[in-house]
Amino acid sequence: MPEISTLNPLSPFAAQISHLFVAMLVVLGAIFLLVLGIVTYAIVKYRDRPGAPPPRQTFGSRNLEIAWTLGPIILLAIIFVFTVQTMRASDPPISADDPLQLRIIGHQWWWEADYLKSGVIAANEIHIPVGQRWLLDLESADVIHDFWVAELVRKIDMVPGHPNHVWLEADRPGTYFGVCAEFCGNEHAWMRFRVIAQPLADFQRWQQAQLRVPPSPTGGAAAAGLKLFEHNTCVNCHTIAGTPGNQQIGPDLSHLASRTTIAAGAADNTPGNLYRWLKDPNSIKPDTHMPNFQLSDADAKALTAYLETLK
Amino acid sequence: MNQVMAPGAEAALPASEPHEGLLSWVASVDHKQIGIMYMLGALVFFGIGGIEALLMRIQLAVPNNHFLPPDAYNQLFTMHGTTMIFLVVMPMLTGFTIYLVPLMIGARDMAFPRLNALSFWIQIFGGIVLYFSFFDGGAPDNGWFSYAPLSENAFSSLPGQNYWLLGLAAIGIGSLSGAINVIVTVLDLRAPGMSLRRLPLFAWMAFVNSWLMVMALPVLNGAIVMLLIDRLLNGNFFTPASGGSALLWQHFFWAFGHPEVYIMILPAFGIISEVIPVFSGKPIFGYGFVAASTVAIAFLSLAVWGHHMFAVGLGHLSEVFFGAASMAIAVPTGVKIFNWSATMYGGRIRFTTSMMFAVGFLLMFTIGGLSGVSFAVVPLDWQLTDSYYLVAHLHYVLFGGSIFGIFAGIYYWFPKITGRMLSESWGKWHFWLTLIGFNMTFLIQHLLGMMGMPRRVWTYPALPDWAAFNLISTIGAFLLLLATLVFIWNLFISVQNGAPAGDNPWDAWTLEWATTSPPAVYNFDRVPPVHGRRPLWDLAHPEMADEAMERAARS
Repeated sequence: MPEISTLNPLSPFAAQISHLFVAMLVVLGAIFLLVLGIVTYAIVKYRDRPGAPPPRQTFGSRNLEIAWTLGPIILLAIIFVFTVQTMRASDPPISADDPLQLRIIGHQWWWEADYLKSGVIAANEIHIPVGQRWLLDLESADVIHDFWVAELVRKIDMVPGHPNHVWLEADRPGTYFGVCAEFCGNEHAWMRFRVIAQPLADFQRWQQAQLRVPPSPTGGAAAAGLKLFEHNTCVNCHTIAGTPGNQQIGPDLSHLASRTTIAAGAADNTPGNLYRWLKDPNSIKPDTHMPNFQLSDADAKALTAYLETLK
Repeated sequence: MNQVMAPGAEAALPASEPHEGLLSWVASVDHKQIGIMYMLGALVFFGIGGIEALLMRIQLAVPNNHFLPPDAYNQLFTMHGTTMIFLVVMPMLTGFTIYLVPLMIGARDMAFPRLNALSFWIQIFGGIVLYFSFFDGGAPDNGWFSYAPLSENAFSSLPGQNYWLLGLAAIGIGSLSGAINVIVTVLDLRAPGMSLRRLPLFAWMAFVNSWLMVMALPVLNGAIVMLLIDRLLNGNFFTPASGGSALLWQHFFWAFGHPEVYIMILPAFGIISEVIPVFSGKPIFGYGFVAASTVAIAFLSLAVWGHHMFAVGLGHLSEVFFGAASMAIAVPTGVKIFNWSATMYGGRIRFTTSMMFAVGFLLMFTIGGLSGVSFAVVPLDWQLTDSYYLVAHLHYVLFGGSIFGIFAGIYYWFPKITGRMLSESWGKWHFWLTLIGFNMTFLIQHLLGMMGMPRRVWTYPALPDWAAFNLISTIGAFLLLLATLVFIWNLFISVQNGAPAGDNPWDAWTLEWATTSPPAVYNFDRVPPVHGRRPLWDLAHPEMADEAMERAARS
């Protein structure tokens, strides 16, 4: 059986939608079978045969037509009731004193996750504690994006100038795939992210690790890499805690080595891929906003070594 | 036989100077020639839009593919959508309308023949402007709905987006003037005896559809001008960074865009409402319900645009309203499905290729209509919108619906238009290949969407089953290519060597079948008298004339 994420909910919100979806698939499927049955019967039974009598000219039947107008109206009225009910259950109303936990900002083509309580700034990987209901604020730095984790939460757009809010919760620890669902420019396809739900203790450990200022390497290639980072244009876009870099134009790299992918899901986070990325970003993610700095092999190696220390 | 003069017969026709060869087409103001040119233009663009689709399907056949770079892919899906909607389905249905409506109502031409030619040439000009973008820095690449602020200068600085705006503005003007022409023609030029309640259903639906175009297209053209002001004159209508609203564009676009969906299906409903009765040997079941439900759909379609925006965060109250309105529109649509099915009941069904496409339409459109209901159910829309489930849905409506309807219409009226029959044996190949290829391409896309695949991605990671399902879809697309080649071959050989059609090869009942095939420039010498909805039936069976029989059945 294929893994159908919309029918495999792992949060109370997605579960509500999934139940209604299954019910609707049954209802819609039954209606299709009814039409298919009627049409099949008609074309088999009334197909033109030699010697068949000329068909009787009938013009309609008021009663039948009223019946097949009212039938769908009643059915849709019932569906409507469940629709409204499921809307409230899968996207519960927000009150003014519900605390905001996370601000997710869509960028062309990556995700920024600001933890409003702890001050952690993550990118493309959103860690949450299992079983806790978090309120998210969704914004955009440029064009319209859309936040979608099919197993956990409804789609919701990130519209510049129009912040949206949504509840996020996961029933079980695990990694859930998320993706941008609104076309946002050339690399819309590689604007993916992961939600990593952890037991509370693990989550807190992760959060503390993210808050630590990464130690500066003191020797070898990594130290050379740090120098390259500080003295080149890297710092104009990226933040690494403890260095002059403090911009949020590209992802915060303070703990890059703790992430599973680079370039918003375009490649696994391995030293080899990181090196390729630094040498020629377009070879991993064509049209990315990360420029090709024409780094020498030695410089790219040094930078890779430095970035690999950022656990 | 009791015959009457066609209305306006005493007035000279505008094309009084005879032309020869190509000029006789370019300079034509004859509704039949203009209708044919609309259809041929649409056929050319159908080929171009189809090639664009195949290139996309090759790119998506395997995960992490580098057959196309992202910017090329994004240009292709933008041009594919824009082409199929504005340069294929709309002009093809307009072509049917322009060709058939005057014949069906017993008129000599459209009310404004010169305006008719102008509408056509503006529309073609719009298509050329759109495609010229390829030679000036690249085609537009923001999708057929060009959401702001992505479509603004800050994110799309190349001129492609301007070509999209200018091309669509021209097409909008052509469509709007064409729609006004159809409205006036139907209101003013009907043969004596043909009351509005006796209009053939195709003409009725083309008439209602024209009203819908008059309401919807100006909204698009207004929004287009606003975005052009933003792009060319540094305006700020849709730029949030300087106080504009990104959502305003969406409201404008879909206030046009959802009626547009019905603009692309109502004339196809009209085709089906002619084809099914004729090949069932019975009048349409419940003419009044079918005609009235068309008006209901047209009105409701103006109040459902918000269902394209359920993910943008409009608030539950607006979403409930638009959800309810969208469910309501399913009712008149469902009525039609039942009426068409009931028309076949007790009939004597002739399985011509035209009828096979009509039955295919009935089932495929039902799937598209039902999957459409899942977008009216707001929480399901929150999961399914902008996924491949939506791509599947819209193709079941526009291909399974509009294009199947168009094929039914082409097989049905080709004999009238050319005087020759299309080959039925090639036609059947065409039908079965289309049906199988279409379902192979799009059925599985429902599942891909449910598995989390978003639309408009130039490539995708190798998640479980994604590769296999996408490959199946790509193979289906190539079956559709084969089907289309069979169709074009059929057109090509039949127009030269097809069996002569005669005036009325299908024993049909509407007025276009009372004249020669192809009809003379002036359409009719004399129009038969119109005493009911099926004038040619009444002529052949005076003892069983429709209106007398219907009265008898009711009392």
